[in-house]
Amino acid sequence: MTTTHTGERLVDFDEVLTRYEPVIGLETHVELGTASKMFCGCTTTFGAEPNTQTCPVCLGLPGSLPVANAAAIEHTIRIGLALGCRIATWSRFARKNYFYPDIPKGFQTSQYDEPLCTAGHLDVEVDGETYRVEIERVHLEEDTGKNLHVGGATGRIHGADHSLVDFNRAGIPLVEIVTRPIPGTGAKAPEVARAYVTELREIVQALGASDVRMEQGSLRCDVNTSLAPIGSLEWGTRTETKNVNSLRSVERSVRYEMRRQAAVLDAGGRVLQETRHFHEDTGSTSPGRSKEEATDYRYFPEPDLVPLAPDTGWVEKLAADLPELPAARRARLMEEWGLSATEMQWLANAGALGLVTDTVAAGATPGDARKWWLGDLARRANETGVELTELSVTPAQVAELSILVRDGKINDKLARQVLDGVLAGEGGPDEVMTARGLVVMGESDELVAAVEAAIAGAPDVVEKVRGGKVAALGALVGSVMKATRGKADAATVKRMLEERLLAE
Amino acid sequence: MPELTDLDAAELGRRLAARELSSVEVTRAYLDRIEAEDGAVGAYLHVDGETALERAAAVDAARAAGEEQGPLAGLPVALKDVFVTEGVPTTSGSKILEGWRPPYDATVAGRLKDAGTVLLGKTNMDEFAMGSSTENSAYQVTRNPWDLSRIPGGSSGGSSAAVAGGLAPWALGTDTGGSIRQPAAVTGLVGHKPTYGSVSRYGLIAFSSSLDQAGPMARTVLDAAVLHEAIGGHDPRDSTSIDAPLPPLAECARRGAAGDLSDLKVGVVRELGGEGHTDGYEEGVLARVAEAVQLLEGMGAEVREVSCPSFDLALPAYYLIAPSEASSNLARFEGMRFGIRVADDGAHDLDEVMALTREQGFGPEVKRRIILGTYALSAGYYEAYYGQAQKVRTLITRDFTAAFADVDVLVSPVTPTVAFPLGTRVDDPLAMYAADLCTLPASLAGLPAISVPCGLSEGLPVGLQIMAPALADDRCYTVAAAVEAALDSARGGRFLDQLPTRAAAGGAA
Repeated sequence: MTTTHTGERLVDFDEVLTRYEPVIGLETHVELGTASKMFCGCTTTFGAEPNTQTCPVCLGLPGSLPVANAAAIEHTIRIGLALGCRIATWSRFARKNYFYPDIPKGFQTSQYDEPLCTAGHLDVEVDGETYRVEIERVHLEEDTGKNLHVGGATGRIHGADHSLVDFNRAGIPLVEIVTRPIPGTGAKAPEVARAYVTELREIVQALGASDVRMEQGSLRCDVNTSLAPIGSLEWGTRTETKNVNSLRSVERSVRYEMRRQAAVLDAGGRVLQETRHFHEDTGSTSPGRSKEEATDYRYFPEPDLVPLAPDTGWVEKLAADLPELPAARRARLMEEWGLSATEMQWLANAGALGLVTDTVAAGATPGDARKWWLGDLARRANETGVELTELSVTPAQVAELSILVRDGKINDKLARQVLDGVLAGEGGPDEVMTARGLVVMGESDELVAAVEAAIAGAPDVVEKVRGGKVAALGALVGSVMKATRGKADAATVKRMLEERLLAE
Repeated sequence: MPELTDLDAAELGRRLAARELSSVEVTRAYLDRIEAEDGAVGAYLHVDGETALERAAAVDAARAAGEEQGPLAGLPVALKDVFVTEGVPTTSGSKILEGWRPPYDATVAGRLKDAGTVLLGKTNMDEFAMGSSTENSAYQVTRNPWDLSRIPGGSSGGSSAAVAGGLAPWALGTDTGGSIRQPAAVTGLVGHKPTYGSVSRYGLIAFSSSLDQAGPMARTVLDAAVLHEAIGGHDPRDSTSIDAPLPPLAECARRGAAGDLSDLKVGVVRELGGEGHTDGYEEGVLARVAEAVQLLEGMGAEVREVSCPSFDLALPAYYLIAPSEASSNLARFEGMRFGIRVADDGAHDLDEVMALTREQGFGPEVKRRIILGTYALSAGYYEAYYGQAQKVRTLITRDFTAAFADVDVLVSPVTPTVAFPLGTRVDDPLAMYAADLCTLPASLAGLPAISVPCGLSEGLPVGLQIMAPALADDRCYTVAAAVEAALDSARGGRFLDQLPTRAAAGGAA
């Protein structure tokens, strides 16, 4: 049992699993990368001046009417197909009615009981074990505007002086992918949640349907978690955690909720069905809107849009034209790159498959690409608590680095220093190498002098080597490397020593 | 010689094209008459004479310069205030939109502008088109030119009063459950509700999306057809817009006037004022409609009675579907982005500002329907109310389909009574709703229906409703033109020439 700084009591994770079984569920929103919005012709570029990408339709002005974006419908169906869903032959939009300033019409145009895609699944692997995640539905809707609460400490509406609304995001097509509850994951629940989102992200990326950038909100996750006593036939009350903005946060939010809910249940309490807010800095969740008074959205079929009836032949063609999906691609690459299943899974779950692919495409050998991303770069990401994808080094730069090593211009040790420079924003590998003077010494006078100084300075070692103990050569190599501050190439130094001590 | 403002739009158009008249002359004549008489009638919510005259002058200049112009160029027109007009105040008859100047034009407003028409102004209406007397306007009462103590019908009562009263040659209205046809009937105009989807709804402030249609209100069948042709046809901005060419409506109106109906089969709907269904219908109304049916027979039509039993359920179904959609359509009026905002004083939170804005911005009928619709869509009630009403809608459509297997058009009264006195139903919503009894079936089925004058009862106009299958709007115009021509010929003049105030005003002629 731990108590957080906010006074929240948490059960140790391993202990949670001695008494409770978790059930997770995920609702993922993907902003589609279409050129125009869902129901109007406005552009969708991220980061424009507030309210510059708006028109009467996405501002919900009186009299305006929606026209559905055909490209968005196609993307949604392709996502559904990639998830093995059944594609509806008849589907309708529905109005989800509620009041909030960021929904200009007073309702969100979404889908209710007639979604485009239903009943799919996604298999994810964690530690060599496959977990099947059932997909309940994939539907299409429009994004809301963005509220900016000005004043107050929290940046949330309570305590703010006033609020501004940016409608640039309002009406951007949004695909919602909802899983069925996922039982049976036990201690792996946090990792399964993360692996699911990772895999889904890879799929959407492979389909070219979205840039799926969690930090920009083009992929957003609501993570549902509940606990039930082991052996119980009923599932527990779930919480819905929002503001989960990275893969790491997906995992952490499940872990945190499991520990928190266990403490509540241990104390004889009741888990409230509520929306909780995830805090990136502390890895904790706090209560948001309570769902105790259930909102009635008064869904009804959107009368301003005609029903969708995707033609079967067209859907079949979309299915046939799907690109190679990540699972198939992984199997192929594992073979081509000579990776172990664990390495591949690790790369995939770190969302780094694309990085390795791009590194290989930029000229690195698969072995080198794997070495850098799984080795040094993974370690640095881990140390600084960021995702591999968030490191400020590009696959092309990693490839360049590996080529510099392969060509003998630098050695591994220098390469790591070059990498430091790249990550510190000093430029590309070549620039850093030159600027920092990190070039491998050739058989220069300086190196010859260092080799000879090493021989002169350690007569006892020289004696041993000459006496047949060739392994002792290592000590001499070490002293030369030290004298040259690592800039020499160890193999060259060794050869030079051998020439001098053993050739006679 | 009659006044300019007494001429049909078709005649005005002919004289404009022949340069016997200028658009400025016509526009000024209307503006003068509005100035003189609209104080008593109350048809307009907004008139901008200066802009209208500028526009008229521009059309005249273009014509003088020999530019090619369409048949509507230079003709004045009035729009119900439900149509969004760029830069021109648009309220939908509600306080909540007071002061709003839209940044865009409704498709139909844009088409009329492109056709060279001159916008005289925006006409009064029941708030958000909810009502049958225009008494639900948040701004003013509109009076029937036939008898200023009576209602002009509704919700397009400003448009009907303007056209009947000589304050506009023609106008656009909208019809959700009868809001073009009923005001046209009680003011002696021709009013047509087009097939659902055949006139764009883009820029029409929504009341009930699955029912709303814009349409013409005019003094003659031909004028109505010409105006309909100008606004109709596919609009890619409206997903429910039908991508099919309009039938030749004006041509049908001209041909219909010849009066040969020998190939026509007419069904008289028993449930709309027929035997056993006369409760609430005035005898005079039923008598005029019966005479009109005889007239059709006299022109060669084969007439039979048709039964559509589901029509009895139209009223309750309509008063679930329309309020349900309205409750959602009107959610955007919360004071955040346009119109009035109440209690934004730092002492009230967001929910309170929204609630107080709606409390003060909406009138009682609008609130009544929002509450009704919110209830009907609520979890646990949806199936019993909205769901059931949609099933009734299907039944009504089937009744029509069955009837149109045997007949070409269906006829009935437009509304059970002549214009009733102002104030007599405003406190009795159910009595008010009964005015829509005959118009609701075609609305629910999305079918075209026209109202054409068929005589007077107690000195007040009675309308004949002619309903046709989807996309067969041309039949409405053909038959209506036949009725109009026969009655005009028997009368020896146009229907509206009997209007007593007009006779008084134009007495010198």
